[in-house]
Amino acid sequence: MAGLINWFSQIGSITKFGLMSLPQRRGAVAATVLGIAGVVAVLVGVLSIAAGFRQAMSVSASPDGAIVMRNGADSEMVSGLSREETRLIADAPGVARNQAGPLASAELLVLIDLPKRTTGTDANVPLRGVEPAALQVRQRLKIIQGRMFDWGKDEVIVGCGAAREFTGLQIGSNIKVGRYEWPVVGIFSANGSVAESEIWSDAKVLQDAYHRGDSFQSVHVTLDSPGSFRAFKDSLTANPQLNVKVLRQSEFYAEQSETLTRLITTLGFLIAFLMAIGAVFGALNTMYSAVATRTREIATLRALGFGGGAVVVALMFESLLLALAGGALGGGLAYFAFNNFHTSTMNWQSFSQITFAFRVTPALLVHGTAWAAAIGFAGGLFPAIRAARLPIAPALREL
Amino acid sequence: MNANPSSNGALVQVEGVEKVFHRGAEDIHVLADLHLRVPAGEFLALMGPSGSGKTTLLNLIGGLDRPSKGAVLVAGERLDQLSDRRLAAWRARHIGFVFQLYNLMPVLTAERNVELPLLLTHLSRAERRQHVETALAVVGLSHRATHYPRTLSGGEQQRVGIARGIVTDPTLLLCDEPTGDLDRKAGDEILDLLQALNRSHGKTIIMVTHDPHASARAARTVYLNKGQLSNEPVK
Ligand SMILES: Nc1ncnc2c1ncn2[C@@H]1O[C@H](COP(=O)(O)OP(=O)(O)OP(=O)(O)O)[C@@H](O)[C@H]1O
Ligand SMILES: [Mg+2]
Repeated sequence: MAGLINWFSQIGSITKFGLMSLPQRRGAVAATVLGIAGVVAVLVGVLSIAAGFRQAMSVSASPDGAIVMRNGADSEMVSGLSREETRLIADAPGVARNQAGPLASAELLVLIDLPKRTTGTDANVPLRGVEPAALQVRQRLKIIQGRMFDWGKDEVIVGCGAAREFTGLQIGSNIKVGRYEWPVVGIFSANGSVAESEIWSDAKVLQDAYHRGDSFQSVHVTLDSPGSFRAFKDSLTANPQLNVKVLRQSEFYAEQSETLTRLITTLGFLIAFLMAIGAVFGALNTMYSAVATRTREIATLRALGFGGGAVVVALMFESLLLALAGGALGGGLAYFAFNNFHTSTMNWQSFSQITFAFRVTPALLVHGTAWAAAIGFAGGLFPAIRAARLPIAPALREL
Repeated sequence: MNANPSSNGALVQVEGVEKVFHRGAEDIHVLADLHLRVPAGEFLALMGPSGSGKTTLLNLIGGLDRPSKGAVLVAGERLDQLSDRRLAAWRARHIGFVFQLYNLMPVLTAERNVELPLLLTHLSRAERRQHVETALAVVGLSHRATHYPRTLSGGEQQRVGIARGIVTDPTLLLCDEPTGDLDRKAGDEILDLLQALNRSHGKTIIMVTHDPHASARAARTVYLNKGQLSNEPVK
């Protein structure tokens, strides 16, 4: 026990000399800390994009929600369902009901061009035609400004994400829908889900404006319970009158976000990895110089009886402390620069714009810190071992 | 304290030691079949031309290096047979080193420098403070306890070095040219101190020096030349 305390006090004092000599090496130390901070900032920053996007997608899903599209359709845009088909789907077993009938909303989706606020260039914004049950199916939808559109009227409400990203979407302005101009009467939020990136109107009115007859692209339903999904799906796929694909909301949104999150994550890791290699060399350089400038000190301590193991641990400790300082700096930087940074991006499955906020989550910060520690470890190990292996007698002569 | 467990009265026994350094393909024979006995309580001066191997011999006795051949016994322990880890612990317990260039930690005050070897003991903080105060009093530097090395003169720094060397009350004090970097007056003060440590505290001291003035303070002087020791300076 006393031996252990003794060992810790050896490590403590060697570490202390190391930290006290940091000011003499401040150039190399600053470069190392900043290098590691850069790696962590980039890693956390890039991954926060994916985390934010995934979050926007996943909050869109409720466990008892399901989406039905034509079989073979990757997205609502390429799906098509007739009125009869949507009716069969709404009446299928497992769909929740209230006084007004089944909680099923047959919907269609068109894309309209609007200029982005940031660049002024046009981008696709989804305009969704919904049925009254849509408000029950998306329970967390809330009008935050103005009012809900009137059913049967040429009016739209706008998701707050879309309102933020595009010009001409405030209450009172008109948007071009086909050959018509429709007024914006309300702005809604939807708990950060993808619906916030959309514009909504009455499905019937939208069908007329676009000469769609009585056709839809998807049916969004709320089930009795999450457990009813199996029965719901089986009854639809077994029905010879239907040729449809049935997805839980969570599956649907995961599919929608997959391409983008995978691309971002891969890119983020690649860049961070390349930078990390550079940072490891920076740390190596700093720690080798730490050992070189303290050769005689370390040899003196070894002559007095300090152990080689204590030297290794103390130098590793120093390297890790520098790395963690860099990690904290980088994580903080990423947090203040990127957390809640709003942006919009192409949804690659539907080729429409969806808006979301970057999210620097605690898990990402832990992830970044782990990278910093790994860099510090890799950069400290060899210099520390070299210091401990240094033959004492010749090192004592060094000036 | 200087109890000597070795059989025949010598605290230090160097028996048939050979030391060869390898530099590239070249072999440098520094010590050859060297014998030395130092009884407990002796103040021994070790002289010899530059490059004759004085530091090498001192390092072997202090357990900082190992002989190529032969045995080094100090306080009954075969140093050439100890593992690196045991050797480090042995040094902490038995040896006090005093270096020509003092080798103080620049980031530590005088008292913290002196305390360093005590970190390797089981002494409490209060006990360590007590020992540090005593050692600084012995070298006459109590009033400079909280000064940093760079604010002290060379002679004062060397006295801090000696305080660090004696603070654990080691079996053996090894000094490599302790006055080599000091002027005559400061050097004399250091020699007075070493002499007092030997005479009134009974410390066994081996001191390497070039300076006949310094070796005159020792009880005995041996001369190293061509790998061997003799009691007469070689002309
Ligand atoms: N680690 C080493 N590797 C190779 N050669 C060494 C090593 N240490 C010492 N030597 C050589 O051994 C010889 C003796 O060196 P040592 O330092 O013991 O001499 P010294 O008597 O103390 O000299 P000085 O009076 O200059 O201090 C020298 O030739 C030196 O170059
Ligand atoms: Mg020498």
